[in-house]
Order: sequence, then structure tokens, then C-alpha cells
Amino acid sequence: MEYLSIVFQEVYKILFLLVPVLVSVAMIVWLDRRVWAFVQKRQGPNVVGPFGLLQSLADALKYIFKEVIIPSSSNKVIFILAPIVTMTLALIAWAVIPFSATQVLADINVGILYLFAVSSLGVYGIIMGGWASNSKYPFLGAIRSAAQMVSYEVSIGVIIINVLLCVGSLNLNDIVIAQQNMWFVIPLFPMFVIFFISALAETNRPPFDLPEAEAELVAGYQTEYSGMMYAMFWLGEYANILLMCAMGAILFLGGWMSPIDVYPFTLVPGAIWLILKILLLFILFALVKAIVPRYRYDQLMRLGWKVFLPLSLIWVVLTASYLFYFNLLPVN
Amino acid sequence: MIAHAIFFYTFSLIAVVSAIMVTASKNTVHSVFFLILDFISISCLFIMIGAEFLGMIMLIVYVGAVAVLFLFVVMMLNVAQQKNQWFAGKQSSKHIPVGLIISTLIFVEVIIVIGGWKYKPEIFDINNSLASKSVSNTHSLGQVLYTDYIHVFQISGMILLVAMVGAIVLTFRQRSGVKKQSYIKQISRERAEGVEVLEVQSNKGVKIDD
Repeated sequence: MEYLSIVFQEVYKILFLLVPVLVSVAMIVWLDRRVWAFVQKRQGPNVVGPFGLLQSLADALKYIFKEVIIPSSSNKVIFILAPIVTMTLALIAWAVIPFSATQVLADINVGILYLFAVSSLGVYGIIMGGWASNSKYPFLGAIRSAAQMVSYEVSIGVIIINVLLCVGSLNLNDIVIAQQNMWFVIPLFPMFVIFFISALAETNRPPFDLPEAEAELVAGYQTEYSGMMYAMFWLGEYANILLMCAMGAILFLGGWMSPIDVYPFTLVPGAIWLILKILLLFILFALVKAIVPRYRYDQLMRLGWKVFLPLSLIWVVLTASYLFYFNLLPVN
Repeated sequence: MIAHAIFFYTFSLIAVVSAIMVTASKNTVHSVFFLILDFISISCLFIMIGAEFLGMIMLIVYVGAVAVLFLFVVMMLNVAQQKNQWFAGKQSSKHIPVGLIISTLIFVEVIIVIGGWKYKPEIFDINNSLASKSVSNTHSLGQVLYTDYIHVFQISGMILLVAMVGAIVLTFRQRSGVKKQSYIKQISRERAEGVEVLEVQSNKGVKIDD
């Protein structure tokens, strides 16, 4: 009986985390389209509900009532599994995101490694979907995206090492608390820029949306998907984008901490600061989508391997030597 | 404790079944997916015994990088047909002795390890090792790796580097007739080099791009 009550408590906590995440994913799609339209001097979705806020809800309703088509020559099990994998991986990563010093579902010791591992598993949804469709465009999209995500993961990993050198712990809450005096965005600004661009590539956002480049590959790995399965890919993608924004906010922008440590600001709950920081990063993501043209594939690979990787490696050496020379290495 | 046992047996059952399915499934891509499932359940087992760092690194390195490359190779090359032939034809008899030798070796190794554990349990006593102290798993691993075993650690890193350089050297070839784009050239182009104004005579045209 006692065991059951623990299970129910955990389920309640998980629901309390996942439902807001899913709702905010729906809202963020609307925000993305509005920002995009704003840059291009259009209106964007403004019909359904006040300011078009309910547009995503209407879209979701449409997807639910559409027929799910499974191609006859596809590998059916993997074809159905692919969107489920994408969606699940995008959601389970939220378990370790700290919303305040105590409000975190799982405060594990290796939180940042967990986040990194889950985001690197995200590539499987895309490869599975692309391969199982048994069609040319999805396969090309899947191959492209696998190469792209594996390449940019490397530089993200090295950037995380930079931050960890300054923190001395893999726990996400420790990382946030270490930024009490100064956010890491100030001393590690070049790393923040590289992290932001790598996050764009990791989540297949424009200008790196080659896996679904509509001019070349119809819709990339999701060409054969329809109805709710397509919507799940879509939700997973946006949940991943939000997750990357949260990761950037925690690693560089002080997570749930208020920007200035003075009285009226500290009253605001940490969750609200974190959400504001995530929104700031997301609006940057949306602006990039509207402003920058798509990269060519070889340019993308060159940027990842020949520019970002050496730069972030050099920065690791610099950070480590600086901390060592001035005896600032965190020791506990 | 019961919950612990339930999770342990679930993960180990998944690990064993998927390990069998890696060899048993006829589709090569399915084999790789089962291999990934195997890796994931093994890393879950690592996390269950408190080796969280090892479990996460297993996920990142094996599932996030190595298995993706496996999938790449298996999807691009047509290995699926070959595997079907091995299953159907008589050629499979060639591979059986090699497989038997390797599996016997692994079996003997496992027996030696387990035997040592039964024979001298104090060597493997967890209470004596660093893991039981108050520092976390990751800290104690780092403390051991970068102090007592620093040379072994560095040498293994060097071996990996040499292997990587070797693989690149082996596959590197200079291809002729490939158009390469120089970014510096593209960016530093001036209008004068790119545009030329010509007087075009009628019925003659201009010759471009020679």
C-alpha cells in the first residue's frame, strides 16, 4: 500500500511537469509562427482565438481526425515506433531540469550527462522514420540528419566540458548555483554563441534544416507520415527545441536564478525566471529561422568539424589553464 | 528491495533476449536496433548498481555515437542480403568453428572472473573500494583515473588517436578533377573580377566560361 502511494505521488509529479511542457510546446509553435511572420511583415496565425492563440489546438484537432497512412512497402513496426521514440525522448529529458533549488523531478548526480545522452539519442527517431518509410527522400533526409546531429553533438559535448570545468559538478542544480556571482555567458561568451548555433543544428532548425529541406527532399524523413504520427514528430521536434533552450539557460544564463540578487527580484519564483530565459532563447531561435538562408551541406559539415570543434577545444585548454594558473579550480 | 529485484530482472531479461535477437533476426537493421536495446538495458543495469557515470557514458558513446555509425553502414551497404545467404546456404559452416572458439574463450574468461569472486571475495569487496566513501561515483572515478592510472589512461587515449589517424590515412585518396570551393576566394571576390561589360555584336554572341 505504501509502495502504491509512492508510485501515485511520482505519477502526479510527472503529470504536473509534462502537461505544462506539452501545452507550452503548442504555444511555442504559435509564437514561432508569429515571430516569423512579424519579421516578414505578415500577420501570421491570428484567427483562431484571441491573437490566434488557439491555432495550435486547432491544428492538433485536425491532425487527430486525419487518417494515419502506413505505406504498404514500409517496415511497419519501426515506422510506427519512430515518432513514439522521438516524442518520448523529447519528453523524458525534462525530468532533470531544475525549476528551482527544490523543484526538480529527479535531482541526479549526473544530470548534465543525462541531458546530453538523451539529446544524442534523439537522432534515432529520425533515422528509424527515414529508413522504415522505404522511400528515397525520407532515407536521404535521415542520412543527412544523422551525420549532422552526430557532428554537432561533439562540439556541444566539448562546450559542456568548458562549463563543467568552472563548476566542478555534473549536477544541474550545482551548475545553476555556481553562477550566483556571474552568469557563465560573460566569461564564456564565445562558447555561448557556439552552443546556440550547435543547438540550432542539433534540433534541425533553419538555417540547418537540411534533413527536411523542402526544396530538395519534399519533407525529408517525415515525407511518408500523416495524421497524428506526423504531429508527434512535430511535437517532439519542438519539445527538443525547448529543451535545448532550457539547456542553454541552465548552462549559461543562470537557470532559475534572478538576474540581479536584490529584494524585489528574488521574490519572483525561480520557475518564472527559467521560463523567461527559455523564451528569450526561443525568440532568438525563431528570429534566426526568419533571417538566415539555408546552409549548403558541405558548408554545414565544415562549420561543425573545422570551425566549432577546434575553437571549443582551444577554449577548453584556455579555461583549464586560466583556472589552474589563478588557482580557481573548484575542489570539493 | 522487491522493486529493485523487479527492475533488475526486467532489464536483464531485456538485455539477454535482445542479445539473442541480435544474432537471430534475419534483417540486419533489426539486429542493430536490438543491439541498441541491449546497450540501453545494460546501461540501466549499470545505473542500478550505482555506476551512474559509467551508465551515462555507455549511453552517450555506444548508443549515441557507435551504434549510429553501425546503422549507417548497415543501411548504406546491402548487408541484409549477405546475412540471409548465411542463414540459408551451406557457407555458414565456415563461420561456426571461429564462433565456437571465441565463445569458448569468453566463457572461460567469465568463469575465471566469477570463480575468483567466489574463491576470494575480499578482493571484490565493495566496502574496501573508493565507491563506498561519501564522494560521488564520478568524483571517485576521476580521482583514480587521473592519479594512479594516469599513464594507462593516457596510453589508451594515444592508441585510440593512432587508430583514428590510421583509419584516415588508409581511406584517404587524392581525387583529381574535383571542383573545390575556397571560402576565402568566394568572400574576397570584388565586383571588378566578377562582372565584365561587353559589347555584344548581333549574330555573333559572346564566349563565356572558357
